[in-house]
Amino acid sequence: MMKKRWICLFVENEIGVMARISGLFSAKSYNLDSITVGTTEDETISRMTISLTSDEKTFEQVKKQLNRSVEVIKVIDYTDISIHMKELLFVRISHCKEADKAEVFRIAQVFNLKVVDYNKNSVLLECLQTEERNNDVIRLMEKCFVNRIEVVRGGGVAIEGISVSDR
Amino acid sequence: MKIKGAELFVKALQEEGVETLFAYPGGSAIDLFNALYQAEGIDVVLPRHEQALVHAADGYARSTGKTGVCLVTSGPGATNLVTGIATANYDSVPMVCFTGQVLSYLIGNDAFQEVDIVGIVRSVCKYAVTVRDRKKLAETIKKAFYIARTGKPGPVLVDIPKDIQQELGSDAYPETIQIRSYKPNTEVHAGQMKKALEILKKAKKPVFLAGGGVVTARAQQEMTRLTEQTGIPVITTIMGKGSIPTDHPNYVGNIGMHGNYASNQAISECDVLFSIGTRFNDRITGKISEFAQNAVIIHVDIDTASISRNINVDIPIVADAKSAIMMMLENTKKMQIEKWVEKINIWKRDYPIAMADSKGLTAETIIRKINTAFKNSIVVTDVGQNQLWTTQYVELDENRQFLTSGGLGTMGYGFPAAIGAKIGNPDKDVICITGDGGMQMNIQEMATAVVQGLPIIICILNNGYLGNVRQWQEMFYQKKYVATCLRYRKSCEQDCNTPGKCCPKYVPDFISLAESYEAKGIRVEKEEDIEQAFAAAKANTETPTVIEFIIEREANVLPIVPGGNALSDMIMEYKGVDA
Repeated sequence: MMKKRWICLFVENEIGVMARISGLFSAKSYNLDSITVGTTEDETISRMTISLTSDEKTFEQVKKQLNRSVEVIKVIDYTDISIHMKELLFVRISHCKEADKAEVFRIAQVFNLKVVDYNKNSVLLECLQTEERNNDVIRLMEKCFVNRIEVVRGGGVAIEGISVSDR
Repeated sequence: MKIKGAELFVKALQEEGVETLFAYPGGSAIDLFNALYQAEGIDVVLPRHEQALVHAADGYARSTGKTGVCLVTSGPGATNLVTGIATANYDSVPMVCFTGQVLSYLIGNDAFQEVDIVGIVRSVCKYAVTVRDRKKLAETIKKAFYIARTGKPGPVLVDIPKDIQQELGSDAYPETIQIRSYKPNTEVHAGQMKKALEILKKAKKPVFLAGGGVVTARAQQEMTRLTEQTGIPVITTIMGKGSIPTDHPNYVGNIGMHGNYASNQAISECDVLFSIGTRFNDRITGKISEFAQNAVIIHVDIDTASISRNINVDIPIVADAKSAIMMMLENTKKMQIEKWVEKINIWKRDYPIAMADSKGLTAETIIRKINTAFKNSIVVTDVGQNQLWTTQYVELDENRQFLTSGGLGTMGYGFPAAIGAKIGNPDKDVICITGDGGMQMNIQEMATAVVQGLPIIICILNNGYLGNVRQWQEMFYQKKYVATCLRYRKSCEQDCNTPGKCCPKYVPDFISLAESYEAKGIRVEKEEDIEQAFAAAKANTETPTVIEFIIEREANVLPIVPGGNALSDMIMEYKGVDA
């Protein structure tokens, strides 16, 4: 079944590792939705959050191929476990009239977005939400402010929830 | 003591037990070569082209089990390795390739002979790295050898910038290494094996399918004991041929596109397919949905990613082939499968592989004569019809090894790989079976073979065509011979498909070419002359012998399972488009 899947990847923090991992996806024709990377508390290790849409069989291959890459320390499948996932999204709305700005502020209030910058005719929103929620925000903005928005998104970052037994 | 990076490089090779280094110098590697000056215990072999160099290292590695080691310069030296690295990668050959690189501070400047070789080979090697710190040089080289040799073996590339080669630093070379991100699997999962053996025990029509993993693990003796202990017939892939002696009564043959009838039929009918060390490449499975459709499939492989990728496996076992077979030897006994074995034997008897013209100067007669003339030998093929015929007719046992580019199918592999094999096995006869096309892809290595004093026997099966493609054009593309005739000249009719006596003369003349290299050249045009040619080649112990066999121009490799067909759907005979 085709569905959205999440992987957490621990890799050596070396030059070229990002290219190795993203190259693997293109070389094997795996579809890649997003990939984020940053160092961890141990600066010799980087942690990636990868999201992709695939069927079960391909996903198994993806995990195995990642695992066999020499630079990969650990692969964790986040698809069916409890995780906290957030994605950073900025939306800038330009050519705003007074009424538009009022509408932006209303949307911001309802969707829990932050207005981080502002001038006479532009508003910049920061959204820290799940990827799906960000999709909704973008869709709404596109409808309300046709051809006047600019979007940048950071890709999902995820971490396992703290399980009940550990609390 | 402080030593230069280049000196540490040489020390590392010595510590790793490297006896032969296949090397071609250049500006960014000259410091490394300088450190090799009168280096003890390392024989530096200079081929005539870097592509041949890497194939030679590959042939050396496959035939000896040691790691093949290459050294080339930056830029074009490095890019010329790419085909050979990919070849080694697809056939799991342990290899370490060192490339010189421009000065660290010039990287990224499009400096003279600068390429991002690590970026280029990333998808066709096991690991690749640029050394960016002299302090990490020793550790990186140690790591490279460890990664290349362990787990599923493969090629590793280490790129060393010129300033790192020159920089002074520690002379220490580590004895062991731990890599937290690389822990190759060594243990056999006992629970999975137990499950598999329970199923095997109940089988009525079991077969073993042995792949290249058995050969790579050098588990031929164990595999032979296993088939003798259980009575289960053994089928091989091309890369697995020789897993048990080919004259063993339990040996059925190769499966796949050019496998024999009995093997393909047995795979299609078996109830338990116990496969060891194969990745179920498309050339062996045919149409996936009909592959072994009645069977429970058990798959032993050292690479988890090879399991359940191409076919759905019922019981996966991640393990080294040899360890798995050893465990099976302790837990199996003779099976009551006489009827099944008899059925396979009848197929074997009724449908043997043979060429349409089994008399005269054919690939079959030539290869069968090689079987009898060279007992203690290594047979190396190129790619194409010469290779496929060899996989069909070569007989293998503990005294005869077989090397071929099975995964990537690299034309030009055969001759340089034979050079590497001969260097690693001076006491064995090394026979290179090649085509007139493939030979010309690395023909410059005649010089290497001559200067190294290697009496390799090069059998060119000359049909004046790129024969395998020509065969497909004949069988599946309405005999449109586009760009496959090697006797074509401007004066010919375009895309001619009627070869005959009036065709232009073949160039080069392989005999005078051999002689110009001070090698021996023999042309054979009749079956009766084969033995004499081999005798003359054997007598020539100083230089290579080129034997050019003029074979029928349009001979085909049969049987064939056309691409996309089920294994049970083979073409056994082919009488031409009009027939």
